[in-house]
Amino acid sequence: MKVPAEKKMEMLRSMLLTRAFEDALQVLCQIQGKIPGMMILCTGQEAVASGVCAALQNEDFIISNHRSHGHLLAKGADPKALMAEIYGKRTGCNKGKSGTLHLAVPEVNAPCTTTVVGGGLPISVGVAFAQKYRKESAVTVCLFGDGAADEGSFHESLNLASLWQLPVLFVCENNLYAGAQRFEEHTRVKSIADRAAGYPMPGVVVDGNDAPAVYTATLRARETAANGGGPTLLECRTYRCRGHGEADPQHYQPKEEIALWKQRCPILKLEKEMLQKGILSAEELEKLREDSRKAVQEAVRFAEESPWPDVAEAFQDVYVSDL
Amino acid sequence: MQQLGMGQAVQQALREEMLRDPNVFLAGEGVGVSIHFNPYLPTHGLLEEFGPERVKDTPVSEQAIAGLAVGASVAGLRPVVEIMFNPFFTLASDMIVNHAAKLRYLSGGKSTFPLVVRIKTGAGFGAGCQHSHNLEAWVAHSPGLKVVMPSSPADAKGLLKSAIRDENPVVFLEDMTLYFMPGPVPQEEYLTPIGKAEVKREGTHVTVVAWSKMVGVALKAASQLAEEGIDVEVVDLRSLVPLDKETLLGSVRKTGRLVVLHEATRTGGFAGEICAVVMEEVFWNLKAPFRRVTGPDIPVPVSPPLERFYIPDEEKLKAAIREII
Repeated sequence: MKVPAEKKMEMLRSMLLTRAFEDALQVLCQIQGKIPGMMILCTGQEAVASGVCAALQNEDFIISNHRSHGHLLAKGADPKALMAEIYGKRTGCNKGKSGTLHLAVPEVNAPCTTTVVGGGLPISVGVAFAQKYRKESAVTVCLFGDGAADEGSFHESLNLASLWQLPVLFVCENNLYAGAQRFEEHTRVKSIADRAAGYPMPGVVVDGNDAPAVYTATLRARETAANGGGPTLLECRTYRCRGHGEADPQHYQPKEEIALWKQRCPILKLEKEMLQKGILSAEELEKLREDSRKAVQEAVRFAEESPWPDVAEAFQDVYVSDL
Repeated sequence: MQQLGMGQAVQQALREEMLRDPNVFLAGEGVGVSIHFNPYLPTHGLLEEFGPERVKDTPVSEQAIAGLAVGASVAGLRPVVEIMFNPFFTLASDMIVNHAAKLRYLSGGKSTFPLVVRIKTGAGFGAGCQHSHNLEAWVAHSPGLKVVMPSSPADAKGLLKSAIRDENPVVFLEDMTLYFMPGPVPQEEYLTPIGKAEVKREGTHVTVVAWSKMVGVALKAASQLAEEGIDVEVVDLRSLVPLDKETLLGSVRKTGRLVVLHEATRTGGFAGEICAVVMEEVFWNLKAPFRRVTGPDIPVPVSPPLERFYIPDEEKLKAAIREII
């Protein structure tokens, strides 16, 4: 399938934005007292988020996980509201209640993000059920890591989605590590996609560092799901260039392995392809990079200048109306 | 007035709400085709009336059932899902405790999860401790959830209809013994507000606080003690969250004595919370120490004499009341 130039441009733009956003966070999270809690980055995995989201319609839902920045930015979330939330500020997309880990952006149909590994799977089945119940043509994408495929929720969710032929795409972002465990240390299957046979649904493996390939595979799975063909398990093979979180010294990841995968950077790959094909000029590329840097600078400035929430706000938003 | 068991009252509530709102659907193990075929049970007949699109029999997958409710509710439906027995709540608990309860807060109030999880509970069937285990205190310990435990068929109907229309996740616990104890239920449309306790019997000497099946035990004990000249007030909490402190404290202020009665085990049970609230707020009105009458700290045994011993009864309650009068 030929991927249109404008789709490639869309993917490159969102990958550059995510990279710039997280490069800034990499630095900011080292400053004492700047960013509360953990910092979990998807550096090097941007093609999964961008490829998947480029294949979706606005009305499609995504349910993300602890490594969510790329997914949400690619779905169209406002970097300012995200950054302010990551800072814990009142102007954040969740008023400082979620921080970096559970960012919810219902405006782009990402109504909740869960850090419980595998927690998004049953929820995505529920969202897809609602879509089918209302006879919509929209689909739901659940993004999870290879570690989540070891959870019981994976089995229950794929079984139910398959049984009811729900419009859901199970996108496994296999970055070869679940915490400190390498892929072959936490499962004996060669590929998460092999597990699709148990449900049964299509199981597809794609190069997760090749955004157009992810886009194409997602588009196909989306079409199947939207037309009543049921779920697909799509495994995007990529690599976790950073630690589980920024506090992780990655002593268990071979240095050569990290270096090798950095050379397979999905952004460089797409840039090179687009430059070679003449659908992107060096000047345009520089402009794209500059735009993302500016957007991130603006987001950081907004977050820095935003007020903290009042302590009284801690009691808000537990229930729809106060008890 | 019609006489219905609590299961039939639940059935009426479900039916009325499904007729009223096409977004209401049911899911769970055996909510359509059940291994039991009994008109007293809560979802009996609904599959035939509403069809398999709205009455969804699920695989034996409690996490998926609860997750279905979380996802469908945030996407705009009104799921009412069933967890067959209270101990199986543990299998669904990640979706209920970590997700249904917290995701609204985590979204800063942007996402809502209007779902109901109906759970069948209560000892008395010889089913053993993996089918009988009242865990309401666990759920009440998770901010973000409402926890409702009706004591009568009429309340069950009105409270469930309110739960289905509530914008928050509601855990609705039905004691199965009450399915088979008919009581009057109004025919006309009505809602019972969640968060309002009811004084089931007025009295002046002692307040007995109870919920669910134990309200019946309290009322029986109260009428027996009346013959001895002891005047018992019975407060039915109806919901643990929100807790109607006003009614609770008002009653204890008046009587000066408190006994809390629940079937759940003692340590960490919700009676401890009730007593703590009373001690904090109206300690100086108390004329005697409070008492808790609860299940003992053991798993629910199967053998009939042991199971009968486990479930608090009016004799144990009367003894506790006499101690402080």
